[in-house]
Amino acid sequence: MLELIPNQLGYPLLSLLIFVPVIGGVLLLAVRDARAARWIALVFSLAELALTVPLLANFNGAVPHMQFGESMPWISAWNIHYKLGVDGISVLFVGLSALLTVISIMVSWTAVTDRVREFMIALLFLEAAMIGVFLALDLFLFYIFWEAMLIPMYLLIGVWGGPNRLYAAVKFFLYTLVGSVLMLVAILAVYFAAGGTFDVLTLMNFKFGHSFQMWAFAAFFAAFAVKVPMFPFHTWLPDAHVEAPTAGSIILAGILIKMGAYGFLRFSLPFFPDAAIAWTPAIMVLSVIAILYGAYMAFAQTDFKKLIAYSSVSHMGFVTLGIFALNSQGLEGGILQMINHGVSTGALFFGVGVIYERTHTRVIADYGGLASKVPVYATFFMIITLSSIGLPGTNGFIGEFAIILGAFQHKAVYAVIASLGIILGAGYMLWLYQRVIFGTVTNPHNEHLTDMNLREVVAALPLVVLVFAVGLYPNAAFQVMHASADNLIRHVHAKAQVLPAAIQAASTLTGH
Amino acid sequence: MVISLRGFMTQLLPLYPELMVITTGLAVLMLDFLVGRKYKALLGWFSLAGVAVSAVMTIKLMGITGSFFGGTFLLDPFAVYFKLAFYVVCGLGILVSIKYLDIEDIHRGEYYALMLFATSGMMLMASAGDLITLYLGLELMALSVYILAGFMRRDGRSNEAGIKYLLLGSFSSGIMLYGMSLLYGISGTTNLGGILAFLRGADLANPALFLAVVMLVVSFGFKVAAVPFHMWVPDVYEGAPTSVTAFMSAGPKVAGFAVLLRMFAITLGPLHQHTSVILAGIAVLTMAFGNIMAISQTNIKRMLAYSSIAHAGYALVGLAAGGADGAASVMLYVLIYSVMNMGAFGVVIMLRKSGVRGEDIADFAGLGKTNKTAALLMLIFLFSLTGIPPMAGFIGKFYIFKSAVQAGMVWLAIVGVLFSAISAYFYLRVIMLMYMYEPKEEFSLVQSPSLALALAISVTAVIVIGVYPSGVLDFARASLTGIL
Repeated sequence: MLELIPNQLGYPLLSLLIFVPVIGGVLLLAVRDARAARWIALVFSLAELALTVPLLANFNGAVPHMQFGESMPWISAWNIHYKLGVDGISVLFVGLSALLTVISIMVSWTAVTDRVREFMIALLFLEAAMIGVFLALDLFLFYIFWEAMLIPMYLLIGVWGGPNRLYAAVKFFLYTLVGSVLMLVAILAVYFAAGGTFDVLTLMNFKFGHSFQMWAFAAFFAAFAVKVPMFPFHTWLPDAHVEAPTAGSIILAGILIKMGAYGFLRFSLPFFPDAAIAWTPAIMVLSVIAILYGAYMAFAQTDFKKLIAYSSVSHMGFVTLGIFALNSQGLEGGILQMINHGVSTGALFFGVGVIYERTHTRVIADYGGLASKVPVYATFFMIITLSSIGLPGTNGFIGEFAIILGAFQHKAVYAVIASLGIILGAGYMLWLYQRVIFGTVTNPHNEHLTDMNLREVVAALPLVVLVFAVGLYPNAAFQVMHASADNLIRHVHAKAQVLPAAIQAASTLTGH
Repeated sequence: MVISLRGFMTQLLPLYPELMVITTGLAVLMLDFLVGRKYKALLGWFSLAGVAVSAVMTIKLMGITGSFFGGTFLLDPFAVYFKLAFYVVCGLGILVSIKYLDIEDIHRGEYYALMLFATSGMMLMASAGDLITLYLGLELMALSVYILAGFMRRDGRSNEAGIKYLLLGSFSSGIMLYGMSLLYGISGTTNLGGILAFLRGADLANPALFLAVVMLVVSFGFKVAAVPFHMWVPDVYEGAPTSVTAFMSAGPKVAGFAVLLRMFAITLGPLHQHTSVILAGIAVLTMAFGNIMAISQTNIKRMLAYSSIAHAGYALVGLAAGGADGAASVMLYVLIYSVMNMGAFGVVIMLRKSGVRGEDIADFAGLGKTNKTAALLMLIFLFSLTGIPPMAGFIGKFYIFKSAVQAGMVWLAIVGVLFSAISAYFYLRVIMLMYMYEPKEEFSLVQSPSLALALAISVTAVIVIGVYPSGVLDFARASLTGIL
């Protein structure tokens, strides 16, 4: 039974996490100067990052409960509460969101020159909505944040994106909206089925009927699978990634696509355990397809960003594979892999952004031999590539290892195929690295490239540190999430077992 | 018996707000002779003051509930809710008109008077306790709006709009009268309460009753622009002066839903099982047709016309769902819709300047660069119309679909949300033009204090209701206590 432990800090930490960026964004409305806008945005995002320090420091990883809880009535006619809390599953994402927003602002410092103020407002509002998604413990509140995210992300892609940005922005918006509205209907159905509550913790303990679970799970799946994105709902992602500005790509890869998987963990599994178990074979197969298909497509790409986008499809396949293995290794591996992927793919897009700002091309063939020209960049890119491949000692290894361990316990064949995906991943990433960094400079434009400047190094540093920190001491991350993940797994299996007996009892009563 | 003037006035007390609006209208007509061409705006502010006074009167009357004048006039929270909504619509309508009429060179006092008469008609519709009063209010409103639609008498399109609206409107009124007469023939009374009492004990399988219901659906469907009775909407919305389009996309539609609720949710309540199916079917058609047709429009007024058809569809979902929550969701929805839609029209009016109509969707290109405030407002209104939180439009749709699910019509909710997602496509197109295209040419926008005030009111309402809907929501629900 999950409980909401009220906030003891003396100040509403979680509300501050949501409203600090909002205040920053509103304040920016009054600023005209681009320089001032950059600094104000940076200050507010740093303040937000500073707030994650007491969050992580005071977080108790030993209990699975929701912590720093806040709750007050919001729309009492519909029994809706403004209810926030954080547990081992969500706490790391809050930290990651805050970190990646700071990095996004720094990487856009000189890259974005058009309508800087609006850009920063969109980023800050996006941050608030993202963090709100991870903190909300009321389905209605969650949905508000979930949908509100679309607006700033749509604008980021559409206004500051590449040449084909309009198509990509609309595709992103419509794909995710269609998935989300189906979930909305399911949310309403859940509300009435459970006797009129949107409270997540109450709903976790509510036992829904079997057929209800099946279709409600499907509707939630529509929203989350598009967001992850799972094969075959992934087609918006390469377009969105390619056209988005660097900051947009970092946030998209780092946080937004994690929300689908987070949704599975927070809602789908605990609400509809029977349906989750029933759907598992299909989802496992889709995950494996995503792993192989994403990797296969990554090999064929000539565009830097598109390659990374397809690698994301592949990596997110690992995440869903781990989650739906429905054991604690797989689940914890899945959560850790989401954080890892956020760090490493965020860093990859950061790397692309750094070089794109100098060369204005994303075609892989336009590069080559960068090692001699920009050694710092080459080193940074090497570390990130290895992390993405999952070399032991980096963060990527731990997550993938745990997932494969979990998948093996579920069904060995998935683990075998997934391992193949790791090999393919090493293939396309190393090949990419070779084509871009090694060899001789083939493109005369690259002769006078400048290396990463101080601002870029400072922005990249936290990501590099995280790569090794998680890689060498993964226990820190596991300790935070273990209690919650373990509780979730036990909850799912315990709750699912109740049902067959209940059906039997019902059928004996009716005489069938 | 001697009736003192004082006694007479006391008897009229429930009608004070209506009388106030009508008196203001008449006063405007007379003052029009005294006010010079340049100062016609004063008449607008005068009308606004009249509306404000009636609003105060309505609020003062809130404690009094009952039926008056032989049961023909009802004073109940339901009517009060709609009257307050009409004041908002009328007030916003006047505010967006003041500058626009100058630009079109049609600034005449009759305009405001007609708007006030239309408003008084709507108020009468909301308070009608009898089929006759209902019809009277409806015609008062409709006739005033016909004239308003054709108010630019030198403009061919405006003329066409007026005449088209008049012809089709009269036809629908005829059908309505036929339906009402059938209802009277069956139940023996024109009193709504009497009809309800009759239906509670009557044989509901009566084919004449069915015919009467169908005719009422058709004629009210016309008023709220439901498919397939929507044919007039695009042409009339496009041809009418934009300020009138803003007013009539909200006012008559809200009034139509007030009557639909009064008739179908309350008076014909015993028939709900049967009417629900018809209304649900019309709702699906309306959402489908409105949203799909809006995609291909190049004229912003036509696009908003189809969008307003689609929004009637969402509201009909709530009506089909029925029950107290269904009715409350419709009430909340039409209010939110009015505010956001009139806000959007307010921005469209800003683009109007002499010589250029400013109605092409393409005219919005680059607005995000040339006028950031106007673009931001339009962005907020359009996302609200799409139904994206944290804007009010989301709350409205949420409540509608919530009542549909509650009534067991999950399929209808699914259809609704999918069409709502489709609608994102054409709303986003305008946003895309504003923010993602370069401005074609330098253009200065129409700016005036009245327009700014209207936009400020709408945008505040859209955001406040979106973030904290409890105030309006509880008011809408409370307006139904004792009625449903």
